[in-house]
Amino acid sequence: MPQYPNRQFLDFEQPIKDLYEQIDQTKKMAEKNPKIDYTSNIQQLESLIVEKRREITANLTPWQRVQLSRHPDRPYTVKYIDKMTTSFLELHGDRNVRDDKAMVGGFAQLDGETVMFIGQQKGINTKTRQLRNFGMANPEGYRKALRLMKLAEKFNKPIVTLIDTPGAYPGLEAEERGQGEAIARNIYEMVRLKVPVICVIIGEGASGGALGIGVGDRVLMMENTWYTVISPESCSSILWRSWDKKEIAAEQLRLTATDMKGFGLVDEIVPEPIGGAHWDYTEAAAILKKHIIKTLNEIKPFSAEQRVNQRIRKFSKMGFWDEVVD
Amino acid sequence: MKKDEDIETNLSGNAENREPDSGATAEAREKWYKRFRKGITTSTAEKKETPEGLWSKCPECNYICTTTELKENLFVCPKCNYHHRIGSDEYYEILFDNNEYIELFSNIRSKDFLGFTDLKPYQKRLDEIHAKTDLKDSMRVAVGKILGSEMVVACMDFEFIGGSLGSVMGEKFSRAVDYAIERQLPYMVISKSGGARMMESAFSLMQLAKTSGKLSQLSDAGLPYISLLTDPTFGGISASFGMLGDLNIAEPGALIGFAGPRVIKETIKKDLPEGFQRSEFLLDHGFLDFIIDRKALKERLKQVMVLFQN
Repeated sequence: MPQYPNRQFLDFEQPIKDLYEQIDQTKKMAEKNPKIDYTSNIQQLESLIVEKRREITANLTPWQRVQLSRHPDRPYTVKYIDKMTTSFLELHGDRNVRDDKAMVGGFAQLDGETVMFIGQQKGINTKTRQLRNFGMANPEGYRKALRLMKLAEKFNKPIVTLIDTPGAYPGLEAEERGQGEAIARNIYEMVRLKVPVICVIIGEGASGGALGIGVGDRVLMMENTWYTVISPESCSSILWRSWDKKEIAAEQLRLTATDMKGFGLVDEIVPEPIGGAHWDYTEAAAILKKHIIKTLNEIKPFSAEQRVNQRIRKFSKMGFWDEVVD
Repeated sequence: MKKDEDIETNLSGNAENREPDSGATAEAREKWYKRFRKGITTSTAEKKETPEGLWSKCPECNYICTTTELKENLFVCPKCNYHHRIGSDEYYEILFDNNEYIELFSNIRSKDFLGFTDLKPYQKRLDEIHAKTDLKDSMRVAVGKILGSEMVVACMDFEFIGGSLGSVMGEKFSRAVDYAIERQLPYMVISKSGGARMMESAFSLMQLAKTSGKLSQLSDAGLPYISLLTDPTFGGISASFGMLGDLNIAEPGALIGFAGPRVIKETIKKDLPEGFQRSEFLLDHGFLDFIIDRKALKERLKQVMVLFQN
């Protein structure tokens, strides 16, 4: 986890940066005047930082929530797997085209039990961002995910997917290799998986690209994430025919965890450390781990048949309409 | 060659108003262009009405024929075989014997649960389309006989907010599957859509999971599901039931894909190859079982039914 001064700050996080700078100055003064004790001043500033973090995240607009989900310091899938599990064995390839680095997966031990973890992975610098294609998987990524899910099913291991994608990759080869079909197949097969499946939105939950690994017995959303049918930017460009309405689009789409839970489209909100997951990876992972274990225990008792039927029923209920008398 | 179409624009429900408004734009135009002669001087009141839709021009080869001729040819250009975009009414007339069919679940209507407002409130958009057309939503479901074989056929109407997939389409689709299972009938969906309905936000996204789950039940019941893709089929449809047919088939020359051509072009910053995302391209890449001319569709469906059932 980056520490100040390597931390990055979003525009609305500036007051926190100012406090860090004050601490820096205080430390410099302390060096200059070794006789005066600045410890309490620094402590006070540090607690102010925590207070500021709380204050800022207490009143976020939907668009700011989107920004937070994309925070450059935010932990990604592999980070959560590293922090939550032991003995992670990453498995590669779709056995067909290539290994898609935007999608990762493998078995790991979660609290003494083997679980299949699958998720989109973003990079942390220019080089790895390109390698990971900014978390935008190609069809082979979705097919790799499905291969791993089938593997887990064969060995009767539960599946946890960690979702963080700005969307499935809209490229020429992606179309040639059937991006639509790959996502469709995953959705269809995930409904039918005999083992427990938990899906967690840990960052961006953009449309089909997210749902392609997003069908499960339970869907959780971390506090500072979003999940909907289109990114606010693209929505703005299509419906408002301008790129400048992304804030309004974010509001209209009702894409925050609170909204989604309210609609019954996700089951639970996973709290994040004060100010967001990027402030404390260890704590963020610990909270998530607790929620995953609790949820797994809830859904484990069901038989395979019950699970599949419940999954179909769960998604069948989603929607709103009127029925008129003709 | 046809002008590139912006698939996503249709989803805004404003596709028909894409021409610039006369007001501000006309003023701006005058600044650099001076008209010397007077324009059309006939007042609107004196204007003579030409009966609408007497002639039809093929957008592909510019061949002009009468609408009657085109209709007799099942809305396929007699010269270049271009398949015109048609709605559920036309498909049902083409498919069902003697145009006899029973429409199902037509009482399910969209509503604005989220209070979604873009350039217009969603509810207003719905009301306006309801006032303008007979369509109730972007999909209709019917049951009838095709050369004697009974089948449930769901068909999209592109005219209704770009044939977008929302809660109503998802629910009609689900009930159609239940109906097919109950009566042990094959199920066909004719897709023609820009993708998910943004005005229903995440609810529209979840229809992908909802419909796929229902298809799983249809499959367990051992019933055939045919997905007929027509021009255009994009986004959420191709990422769910559109690509999940026991048979995926398409009309010739239809644009079919996940991401729209404009989005891909902007992403890869290259021109797209000729024929990209057309039915023939999908067939070549292994995503379609066959391409079928509209005029041969009925016979072919009968053949499929016979092969599946006997």
